[in-house]
Amino acid sequence: MDKPEAQSDEGKITINFGPQHPAAHGVLRLVLELDGEIVTRVDPHVGLLHRGTEKLIEYKTYLQAMPYFDRLDYVAPMNQEHAFCLAAEKLLGLEVPKRGQYVRVLYSEIGRLLSHLLNITTQANDVGALTPILWGFEEREKLMGFYERACGSRLHAAYFRVGGVHQDLPPELFDDIGAFCETFPKVLDDIEVLLTDNRIFKQRNAEIGIVTRAEAEAWGMSGVMLRSAGVPWDLRRAQPYECYSELDFKIPVGKNGDCYDRYVMRIEEMRQSVKIIQQCIAKMPPGPVIATDHKITPPRRGEMKTSMEALIHHFKLYTEGFHVPPGEAYAAVEAPKGEFGVYLVADGSNKPYRCKIRAPGYPHLQALDHMCKGHMLADISAVIGSIDIVFGEIDR
Amino acid sequence: MDLTELASTVAAALPGAVKGSKVAIGELTLDVEASEIVRVLTFLRDDPACEFKVLIDVCGVDWPARAKRFDVVYHLLSLTKNRRIRVKTETDEATPVHTVVPVFPAAGWFEREAYDLYGILFADHPDLRRILTDYGFSGHPLRKDFPLTGFVELRYDDDLKRVVYQPVQLVQEFRDFDFMSPWEGAPYILPREEKADEAGKKA
Repeated sequence: MDKPEAQSDEGKITINFGPQHPAAHGVLRLVLELDGEIVTRVDPHVGLLHRGTEKLIEYKTYLQAMPYFDRLDYVAPMNQEHAFCLAAEKLLGLEVPKRGQYVRVLYSEIGRLLSHLLNITTQANDVGALTPILWGFEEREKLMGFYERACGSRLHAAYFRVGGVHQDLPPELFDDIGAFCETFPKVLDDIEVLLTDNRIFKQRNAEIGIVTRAEAEAWGMSGVMLRSAGVPWDLRRAQPYECYSELDFKIPVGKNGDCYDRYVMRIEEMRQSVKIIQQCIAKMPPGPVIATDHKITPPRRGEMKTSMEALIHHFKLYTEGFHVPPGEAYAAVEAPKGEFGVYLVADGSNKPYRCKIRAPGYPHLQALDHMCKGHMLADISAVIGSIDIVFGEIDR
Repeated sequence: MDLTELASTVAAALPGAVKGSKVAIGELTLDVEASEIVRVLTFLRDDPACEFKVLIDVCGVDWPARAKRFDVVYHLLSLTKNRRIRVKTETDEATPVHTVVPVFPAAGWFEREAYDLYGILFADHPDLRRILTDYGFSGHPLRKDFPLTGFVELRYDDDLKRVVYQPVQLVQEFRDFDFMSPWEGAPYILPREEKADEAGKKA
């Protein structure tokens, strides 16, 4: 090696970050190339949580495939189920009853609260603030209680169905969710007192990991990442699905595209979600929560006791499942982390021929190298915190 | 401009590149020559009538019965026109598709994933490594001829004090039921008919 090159290599080190690192938000391995303390290259190694979800789905009926979506972004499970159900409904040409739509939106927004609460508090934790995570998790606990009362499990809900949701909600649950919406904004205020004007939090996040509009588009970003760059784009408004067009809410848009903007936007999105939840409760129409085409959706338990046809439908649906006509569809929802899409290819059988899961965190993590170049080593954890990655959905 | 018009505009602007187009359930699909993929995506990104500036997804689909067994599917989104488009091209195991990383940097990991899971090759890709499967994995798991259980399984070896691979051992056969019931139009061939076909061919 000749001399000038040897000199330029001085102070250059390669370090391994993770796969077991508290700031990696899961099993992320980063190979970092540093020049002193300046990051010159980030090479994320993903796939340590790869479970072959897409392969498994090809061997399951549509109903059996649905619970796999809870296990992708496991901090907001129902939002994922939603995308899959929308894609299958698109292929089937199935209409969801109004009450079913409202229940879906209600729980999607609870999912958004769950995800954002986890994200902003762990982001604060990564840059040194320990208290918000304790306060945030107390609220998450209550929200998971609402999950449990709707479907029987706190995390892996498996509540949405192709055609609606599995069961109607107990009436007293609406009151309890309503009561939660009254107290929750105060908790948000408290978290904001700790973080929003906190000098250390600002120093660690403001003007860190900046993305411009052109960069956000080129790197395929969506959700908060795209909006932080000043793009007013939210699928709930731009391509409304379910009953979002009937609801009144605002989309926060960022100015600087940095980590601090993304934190502020997530706080505001939570306030808007609370508004949506309140509207859903107030407007909740009566009627069925799932489509009544019993070639696709199962009959009610009571019907099965008296109707032979209902019994046959039940048996057929839970053994064979329904067949989906050949075709392909792409359906996307505004998940808390960005655009979560499902590309379904059906071949006319009772199993998806191909189910591609488009996770928002995947392109975001890909852009980490671009966002971190030239930053200090300590900023990496702030950027990882603010891009909001969960390995269930990235590794699939 | 509706989707059919858009399809004809793109086809007119790129002669020889677009093989066909289809609008189904409100989604536009363009079938494109594999060799022209970079030109098509560049046009879709830059043309003022299209402005598909966001690459949403690149993925493979396996159709083993076809001569060119893989579909490579690109999903694009236009933020300004509020519209989506799907671009499809075909390839086989040996023929690489040109990478679209210079057009959309976001394609990098999506193409790595398609290479990892299907073995689709992308020419001139800056970093075509495996991404989702384990270090040193062999095979392409999402191909239809790759078994669901895989070929190897992991175990911690107490003597070697490390994780080792061993051939997969199943205590029970994988249960795959055939639900294409005869009264719904599945092509069931009765044993006698099969012989009749063979006899017909011989004669």
